[in-house]
Amino acid sequence: MENSGEHPSVKTVSGQNFVLTNVETIPGRSIVEHFGLVSGSTIRAKHIGRDLMASLKNLVGGELKGYTQLLSESRDQATRRMVRQAVDLGANAVVNVRFSTSSVAQGAAELYAYGTAVRVE
Amino acid sequence: MPDLILILSLTALGYFAGTWAENRHYRSIREREKQLLHIPAITMKDIPYPDGEICSSRLVEGSAVISIDYFKRLLAGLRNIFGGTIISYESLLDRARREALLRMKESAPDAAVIVNVRIETSAIGKYSSKRNIGCIEALAYGTAIDLKKQ
Repeated sequence: MENSGEHPSVKTVSGQNFVLTNVETIPGRSIVEHFGLVSGSTIRAKHIGRDLMASLKNLVGGELKGYTQLLSESRDQATRRMVRQAVDLGANAVVNVRFSTSSVAQGAAELYAYGTAVRVE
Repeated sequence: MPDLILILSLTALGYFAGTWAENRHYRSIREREKQLLHIPAITMKDIPYPDGEICSSRLVEGSAVISIDYFKRLLAGLRNIFGGTIISYESLLDRARREALLRMKESAPDAAVIVNVRIETSAIGKYSSKRNIGCIEALAYGTAIDLKKQ
């Protein structure tokens, strides 16, 4: 398990910033090469302690902080996997990033990130 | 009989604690929305600034998992029998989406604008496989544009 404190968009590749956007271009820079689709996914099951807290919190409603944190950590991991795939291709940015979430089994969620790897100047 | 008492007390707890928590959350949402009005979040892809002024762009996101209280879940269950609008779920979805949008904006306090904002909602948790939803996750993401300092 990698460290999850690092934001995916500040990952550096040979001293340069790795850029992620969800528009078709990198505003202010120009795309010189396309590498096609890259994606990353992760499936997370819930922590039993968090699940217990969540079922108590389910009675009174409100935010389930444990789940919010769990899902954003997992989404970060999916994004990092996507970024690694893009780096392997020689890209330094991913444009048009999309996220999707689906619950595959009871208590488990799949987080999926995909986009187009490009090289920008 | 003890079952009935348990259900009634859970309903009462859900009603009072749930309403209190919801009102408090809405107050905080409204307050923070006012504070973050200077960052427009738009769903269009066009950037209202020329290329030369743009310093950097990055993906920003915010998410929130919100659960419904016992009383409202019971109401929604009753609604399922007759059909119609489930008003008790409306505030749940509204809160989750607004909170997610706010968190997205809070993660980019210096941005001039956030373009191409997308909001995605999914039902998670152990109730999602059944007919009623237990808790939902809202995710808001977009591209934050930073301008060059003048």
